[in-house]
Amino acid sequence: MDNLKRILNQPSKLSPGHRSCRGCAAPLIARHILREINQPVVVASATGCLEVTTSLYPQTAWRIPWIHSAFENAAATISGVESAYRALKKKGKIKKEIKFVVFGGDGGTTDIGLQSLSGALERRHNFLYICYDNGAYMNTGIQRSSATPFGAATTTTPVGKVKQGKELLRKDLTKIIVAHQINYVAQASIGYWQDLSNKVKKALAVKGPSFINVLSPCPLGWKFSGDLTIKIADLAVDTCFWPLYEVKSGVYKITHQPLKKIPITEFLKPQGRFRHLFKPRNKKLLQRIQKEIDRRWSELLALAKK
Amino acid sequence: MNKIKQNNFKIVAITGAEASAQAMRQINPEVIAAYPITPQTPIIMKYAQFVADGVVDTELVPVESEHSAQSVVVGASAAGVRAMTATSSAGLALMGEILGVASGLRLPIVMNVVNRAISAPINIHCDHSDSMGTRDHGWIQIYCESAQEAYEYTLIAVRLAESKGVSLPVMIMQDGFITSHGVENVKLYSDSIVKKFLGKYHPKHSLLDTEHPVTVGPLVLPDYLFEIKRQQQEAIAIAKKNFLLIGKEFSKISGQVYNYFEKYRMNDAQAVIVTMSSTVGTVKQTVDNLRKQGKKVGLLKIKMFRPFPYMEVARVLKNIKIIGVLDRSFSFGAYPPLVSEIRNALFNLPNKQPIVQSYVFGIGGRDIKIEQISKVFQDLLAKKYNQKIKYIGLRN
Repeated sequence: MDNLKRILNQPSKLSPGHRSCRGCAAPLIARHILREINQPVVVASATGCLEVTTSLYPQTAWRIPWIHSAFENAAATISGVESAYRALKKKGKIKKEIKFVVFGGDGGTTDIGLQSLSGALERRHNFLYICYDNGAYMNTGIQRSSATPFGAATTTTPVGKVKQGKELLRKDLTKIIVAHQINYVAQASIGYWQDLSNKVKKALAVKGPSFINVLSPCPLGWKFSGDLTIKIADLAVDTCFWPLYEVKSGVYKITHQPLKKIPITEFLKPQGRFRHLFKPRNKKLLQRIQKEIDRRWSELLALAKK
Repeated sequence: MNKIKQNNFKIVAITGAEASAQAMRQINPEVIAAYPITPQTPIIMKYAQFVADGVVDTELVPVESEHSAQSVVVGASAAGVRAMTATSSAGLALMGEILGVASGLRLPIVMNVVNRAISAPINIHCDHSDSMGTRDHGWIQIYCESAQEAYEYTLIAVRLAESKGVSLPVMIMQDGFITSHGVENVKLYSDSIVKKFLGKYHPKHSLLDTEHPVTVGPLVLPDYLFEIKRQQQEAIAIAKKNFLLIGKEFSKISGQVYNYFEKYRMNDAQAVIVTMSSTVGTVKQTVDNLRKQGKKVGLLKIKMFRPFPYMEVARVLKNIKIIGVLDRSFSFGAYPPLVSEIRNALFNLPNKQPIVQSYVFGIGGRDIKIEQISKVFQDLLAKKYNQKIKYIGLRN
């Protein structure tokens, strides 16, 4: 049985004093994941919240080697670092085992960085890709991404006289990654830290690339008070908005079954971005969201049963 | 392949693309990443064969786009190894964003560019619109006349990129199809001599040095960015000095002279053509023909375009009465790139400046012939010039 005290006693590879918002889940996710890695590790970040808040020159919050190149190429960048490592290893010029980790937001992963990630996965580089999904372009001012959930108000899908937020469904990134048939893919939430820890360990143990999609609640963009981050991350799991599961060598496994699947409204209600959905005239939209959640959940249950 | 064994070199009949690949084989960088694009493809195809035959031990990364090709070599170079790529046209344009990352992060990447027109309309043949479009991305740019130059400057580029005070990426250009697919006699220097010249790369920092962590590519705001960019300007200025020093070292191997440019029969010339790359060969032939007729004409071939050798160019051109500058690309709404730099170089001369006539030729692989170049010289000698751009080989 794991214990939070043990994890927190590990020195943090991401130092305090970075500039992320109060209650931001991204640095919690990065710190937690890196604490689970006991070998030397090199990190690449896509442009985004985590990158800008941790690397403001002439200071840095990174106590480990870290590179940022651009928005859409974090997976390609780590491919280069990892290829250099393999070249030196082959020549006997480097002996130690080094792990390679990427942090990209949902914009840098599901949208602009999808191609370079797909390429890097196909080439089977040894790296762990973490998508911290806060469901919009938060760094540039809360614009919608393909990971923005249906109905959410963003600055490019605002609520108006004729529009009620985003009218399209969220892209299922985890499934897209599964289609690459890599050895380990998982979905996790910062609310379930032990589950996340286990997944990081499993992801780093497999050969070739691995991927974890971590929900990253954003007080600024989702419009909730910064002390509710973990609670909302929990609600996402308990409503089955964000099921916790893994796909190891093609085998689906639900890693946390909610004791009681609660209605999606419990996840939506505390968030200002969904406030308009609770007006009586938008009842149908809420029903549509619940229907889609149920559909995706039963689809996942079926996959996990196989 | 005809091999004439001599002491320190062999002469082989190969294409410009293979000449580049042979240089890359001798460099044997730890990482090469590339994506197929005509007419670059034969370089990487040849290199892939070297990998398949175990002649080199490079990690060849077959990426899904040129954007990723450049991103992979950025990552590899930041990890402290030699990293190379090659591209053309649209591929170079797609790399555009990461070209600035490579130079801004001061990574000594070397890239062969096989010049090809930029779309649209799509065209696979040679002009310089691709590399000229990237002239302000902070890369050192060297334009090659022949397969021999493509070979030699690829080797020199490695040393220049890594040299003290520089630490910048270098692009080596050769003309698409004309040079890349044309077979020439190329003198390949022996592997041991070239390896000695190249030496080992000792990076200042490496992402793989996990005991000394570095943050590469941070966010820099108005309080520091200006100073960082000013340092980059200084670094590329140092590249000018180092280029001559490294060239001198290489001339001990080849017996050739390595300068920013090559003067051809310019001593008493009244009219001079300034141009770059494979067209230089045709201009040389034209100069020889006209010299036989007693015409005082000459040629200045520019090799180094970035950093541009303004002072040195001014020194060799200041006493020429009239100059025709032949550009193989447009700069829409402005004078083309090479003539703009030549005029820049001449502008502050204390005395009377030479007359400069701008010409554009060879767009999309349009041939340029000796008769057309003769006509340019005749017009220049007859003082037929104006402020407009003249077009060579353009139908009405």
